[in-house]
Amino acid sequence: MATVATDAVLDYDEAMEKFDPVMGLEVHVELHTATKMFCGCPTEFGAEPNSQVCPVCLGLPGALPVVNEKAVESAIRIGLALNCEIAEWCRFARKNYFYPDMPKNFQTSQYDEPIAFQGHLDVELEDGSTYRVEIERAHMEEDTGKSLHIGGATGRIHGADHSLVDYNRAGIPLIEIVTKPMVGAGERAPEVAKAYVSALRELLRALDVSDVKMEQGSMRCDANVSLRPRVGDPLSEEQLAVPLGTRTETKNVNSLRSVERAVRYEISRHAAILASGGSILQETRHWHEDTGITTSGRVKSDAEDYRYFPEPDLVPVAPTRATVDALRGTLPEPPGLRRRRLQSDWGYSDLEMRDVVNAGAVELIEQTVAAGSSAAAARKWWLGEPSRRANAEGQDIVTYAAGLGLTPAHIAELDGLVAAGRLNDSMARQVLDGVLAGEGTPTAVADARGLELVRDDGALEAAVDKVIEANPDVAAKIRDGKVQAAGALIGQVMKEMKGQADAGKARELILAKLQ
Amino acid sequence: MTDLPTDLTRATAADLAHALASSTISSAEVTQAHLDRIAAVDGQVHSYLHVDGEGALAQARAIDERRHAGESLGALAGVPIAVKDVMATKGLPTTCGSRILEGWIPPYDATVVTKLRQAGLPILGKTNMDEFAMGSSTEHSAYGPSHNPWDLDRIPGGSGGGSSSVLASFQAPLATGTDTGGSIRQPAAVTATVGTKPTYGGVSRYGLVALASSLDQAGPCGRTVLDTALLHAVMGGHDPMDSTSIDAPVPPVVEAARSADVRGMRIGVVKELGGEGYQPGVRARFDEAVALLEELGAEVVEVSCPNFEYALATYYLILPSEASSNLAKFDAMRYGMRVLPEGVDAPSAEQVMAATRDAGFGPEVKRRIILGTYALSSGYYDAYYGSAQKVRALIAQDFSKAYDKVDVLVSPTAPTTAFRLGDKLEDPMAMYLNDIATIPANLAGVPGMSIPSGLADEDGLPAGIQILAPATKDERLYSVGAALEAALVDRWGGPILDRAPELGGVAAVKGA
Ligand SMILES: [Zn+2]
Repeated sequence: MATVATDAVLDYDEAMEKFDPVMGLEVHVELHTATKMFCGCPTEFGAEPNSQVCPVCLGLPGALPVVNEKAVESAIRIGLALNCEIAEWCRFARKNYFYPDMPKNFQTSQYDEPIAFQGHLDVELEDGSTYRVEIERAHMEEDTGKSLHIGGATGRIHGADHSLVDYNRAGIPLIEIVTKPMVGAGERAPEVAKAYVSALRELLRALDVSDVKMEQGSMRCDANVSLRPRVGDPLSEEQLAVPLGTRTETKNVNSLRSVERAVRYEISRHAAILASGGSILQETRHWHEDTGITTSGRVKSDAEDYRYFPEPDLVPVAPTRATVDALRGTLPEPPGLRRRRLQSDWGYSDLEMRDVVNAGAVELIEQTVAAGSSAAAARKWWLGEPSRRANAEGQDIVTYAAGLGLTPAHIAELDGLVAAGRLNDSMARQVLDGVLAGEGTPTAVADARGLELVRDDGALEAAVDKVIEANPDVAAKIRDGKVQAAGALIGQVMKEMKGQADAGKARELILAKLQ
Repeated sequence: MTDLPTDLTRATAADLAHALASSTISSAEVTQAHLDRIAAVDGQVHSYLHVDGEGALAQARAIDERRHAGESLGALAGVPIAVKDVMATKGLPTTCGSRILEGWIPPYDATVVTKLRQAGLPILGKTNMDEFAMGSSTEHSAYGPSHNPWDLDRIPGGSGGGSSSVLASFQAPLATGTDTGGSIRQPAAVTATVGTKPTYGGVSRYGLVALASSLDQAGPCGRTVLDTALLHAVMGGHDPMDSTSIDAPVPPVVEAARSADVRGMRIGVVKELGGEGYQPGVRARFDEAVALLEELGAEVVEVSCPNFEYALATYYLILPSEASSNLAKFDAMRYGMRVLPEGVDAPSAEQVMAATRDAGFGPEVKRRIILGTYALSSGYYDAYYGSAQKVRALIAQDFSKAYDKVDVLVSPTAPTTAFRLGDKLEDPMAMYLNDIATIPANLAGVPGMSIPSGLADEDGLPAGIQILAPATKDERLYSVGAALEAALVDRWGGPILDRAPELGGVAAVKGA
C-alpha cells in the first residue's frame, strides 16, 4: 500500500460513519516548585535568558543531580488525585539523545518505573454524562532548555540562520501524565479530549502544584490520534475488538480549544487518507493555531532508540506508606464533587453551573460569595460584562480580572450597594463600567459619577402626583383593580426622576395613592 | 616523630604536618621545596599537566598567616598536594587528559577540592591521567604519558599515573586519585606508593568528571599508610550535593593507621586472584606478605569468590555503557573544544558536535563510547547491560559471603610489575587484564587499598598487595595496611622508595 501524505480532509460526519477514533493524550505539566528538579536554581518564568542556571542544570563536567523532594511530593499527590497506585520503589532513567538544548545530552526521566501508574479520571461532558479516562502512568522528568531559532520565516529550525538556547527552563520539574488509549468516545472524541485536558487542568490547579498556564507552556499537550474501521457502536464489543490503526502524534497543542480542533482535524485528515486507500505515516505533527491544520514533523521510526538505563547518579525514590498516606491527607476535594456541592449551596441550575464552570469563574464566585455577595448576584455580575470582555480579549476571566484589578470584593461591594437600595440595576452596570475602567471601587465610582437612587420621598411623591394627574385614564384603571397598568405610570415617574429613583418605591406609592 | 630530612620533599605528610603545627617550618617553605623539585624532575617524569606555583604559594602563605594568628587548623594544614586532573578546580584548567576539555576553566570546585582548600592544603597542580580515566598506563592521555620513576621507560600505572609518579618522584607528599576499576590501586602498586579506594559513597563524587558513575570513587594517595589515612579523613564524609554519598561520619581511618594492629583478625586470601597470569615475583612478594601478617597475629584462610572470574567481562559492559552516556555532554555547545567540520559553509549544531567529538576524543574513549552505545541499544540491553547487572549482584554476593568468614580479603594488586611504555598500547585486552584483581571491589562498592609488598626478583620493580574490606569498614584497610607496612619497612631497613633510582642525573634519563 502506498504511503500518502496529503492534506485532504474528509467531512467529519462522513469520517465518523466509516471510522472509529482512538486517542491517547500525553500532558506535560511544569511543577511550580521554588527550585528545579535536580538543583537549587529558581524556576520563575520570564527571567533574563540563562540567568537561572548552575553547574548542575548546565550539565557542566562533574556536576551531579539531587532530587527535589517537593517535586516528588507533588508527583505523588498528582498520582493520588488521579486514583493511581504509587510505586513503593522506583528509579530515574537516562533518556539518551543529542540536542543542543539538552545540557547533558540525556534527559533524566522515568522509564519503566513511574512513580504513579494505573489510575483514572472521570470527566464530565457537556450533556452531563461522564467519560472515564484511564491513566497509564504519571512520571517525573526534567524539562529541556528552550531553543530560539533566529532568521527564517517559521521560527522553526529549518531555514533558521542561527539558534539561541536559554537554559533557564532546563531542569524545571515536569510531570508527564499519559492516558491509556481512549476508546469508545466515537464522534465525541474531540469533545472528550478537550474535557479531559480541562478536567486535568482543574485538578492540577486545585492541587496547587502547577500554574497550568497553557499559553506559557506550563501545561503542554500532545495528542495521539488513530482511526480504525467502524464496525458498530463505539462501545460495542465488536468495535472494541478491532485492532488500533497507525497513530500520529500532534505536538504542543497549547489551548483547550486547540485540543478539540486538533483532534478533530487529525480525525478528518486520517479519514481522508484511509478512505482513499492510503496508509497513515507514523510521525509527529505540528499544530498551527492560526490555520487550524497540522503539518508533518519528524518521522518516528521504530529505530529511534533512547538507550534508556537506570540513572546511576541518583538513588531510588522509595516513599514510605506513611508518607503516601500523609500526602493523601493533603488532597483537595475532587473538583467534580466540589462543583456539585457549590451548585447546591448556590442554588444554581445545571445550565447556570455549567456556564460558570466554562467561564472559569467558580473560584471568583466562591470568593465573591465569601465576601458577602448573594450567589445569584455574583454569577450575574461575573458572567456579564467582565466575562464578555475577557472573551473578546482571548483571556480567561481570572487573568483578565487580575489584570484590571477587579476583585471579588468589588463585586460583593457592588451587590451590597444594590441590596442597600443605593443603586438600581442600570446604575450598578454603570458603576461596574467605571470599576472596569479603573476609576476605583464601586463606592468611589458611584460617588464620583453621582449615581445614587433618590431617597427623598417628597420629590418622588411629587413626581407620582404629577404623573397621576397627567394620566387620569390610567389612574382610573388602577382604581378599578387593574394593577398591572401601574407599569405605564412607573416608567413616567422614572423619567421625571431622570432614572435616579427606586422603581419599586415608585410602584408602592402609586398603588397606595390609587387603592 | 622522626626528624625532618634536610630535603623536605623526602618527608612524610605526617612529619611535615607535625613540623608545621609546631611552626618548625612554614608551609611556604615546604611548598617552595616541592615546586623546586617539580622544576627539577617533572621534565623527565611528566606527572603534572598543570602546575600552579603562584596559587600554591599564595595558599601556603595564607595558611602560615592563619597559623601565626593562632587559628586552630586542620591536621594537614600547610601540607601541599597534587590533584588528579579529573577533579574540577575553580580557576585552574581541568582537562581529564582529553583534548576536548582543553582550555576549560571550571567555574566551581569539586567537593573534594573544597575540602582540601578548607583543610588548608596548598594545591601544587593537576596530575596527568589516561583520557577520562580510561586506561592503566597514562598512555591514553592526550598530553603524553607519565613515566615510572623506578624506570622511566615504564608506565606509572593508570589512570592515576600522574598522581602515583608525583609521589614516587617526591614532587608532592600527597595526591588525590579516582578509582573506577583500579586507577588508584594499580598505579600505587607499580610505583611502590599507597592508595585507597574508599567505600562507594565514602568520598563525594561532586565535581569529579564522571567516567562510570556507579563505579567511580575518589580516594587518597600517599607514600605511607598513615599519610593516606590523614588525607582520607580530609576527603571523606557526607556531601548533600552527591545523592550516592553515605550519610555517616568518615570511618576512624587515622586511629586505625596509628594502631596498626592485626592481632586476632581473620584474613582471607582470594583463591581466584593470584594464580595463572600473575608474575612469579609479584606472587612471591605477596606470599611473603601474607606470611608476615600471620606472624603479626592474624589468622589467614583461603576464600573462594567464584564469580570474580566474570568481573572483567561485567566491568567492560557496565563501564562503557555509563561512560557513553556520561561523555555525551562533550558536544562543543557550552564549553571546551569546538571544531568546525571542514568544507561545510554553515555547519549545523549536529555537524559541529560530530566534528568536535571526532577530533577531541582519543581512540580508547571512542572505543568505549561505541561499546557502551551498543550494549545499551534496544535489542541488546538485556543480553549485555542487563546480564552484567545480574553478574554484578553475584560478585557482591561473593564478597558478602566471604566477609561472613573473614574481616578482610587480600590479593596481589596487579598481576605484573610496571610494563614498558608502548608494550600493551595495541592490545586493549592485555591492558584491561591489569585491573583483573582491582575491578571486583568497584563492582561491589567495597573499599580497597594497595601498599608496596616489595620488589619482584625478576625485574627489581615494585609489586603491591591489595587489602579489601566490607563496605563502610574502611578502617580495617588501615589497621592491616599499617601493621604490614611497619613489618615490611623493618625488614627492608627503611622505606622502599629509598631504593628507587635518583632522578635528575644522566643515569635516570636512559632511553629518554
Ligand atoms: Zn541549576
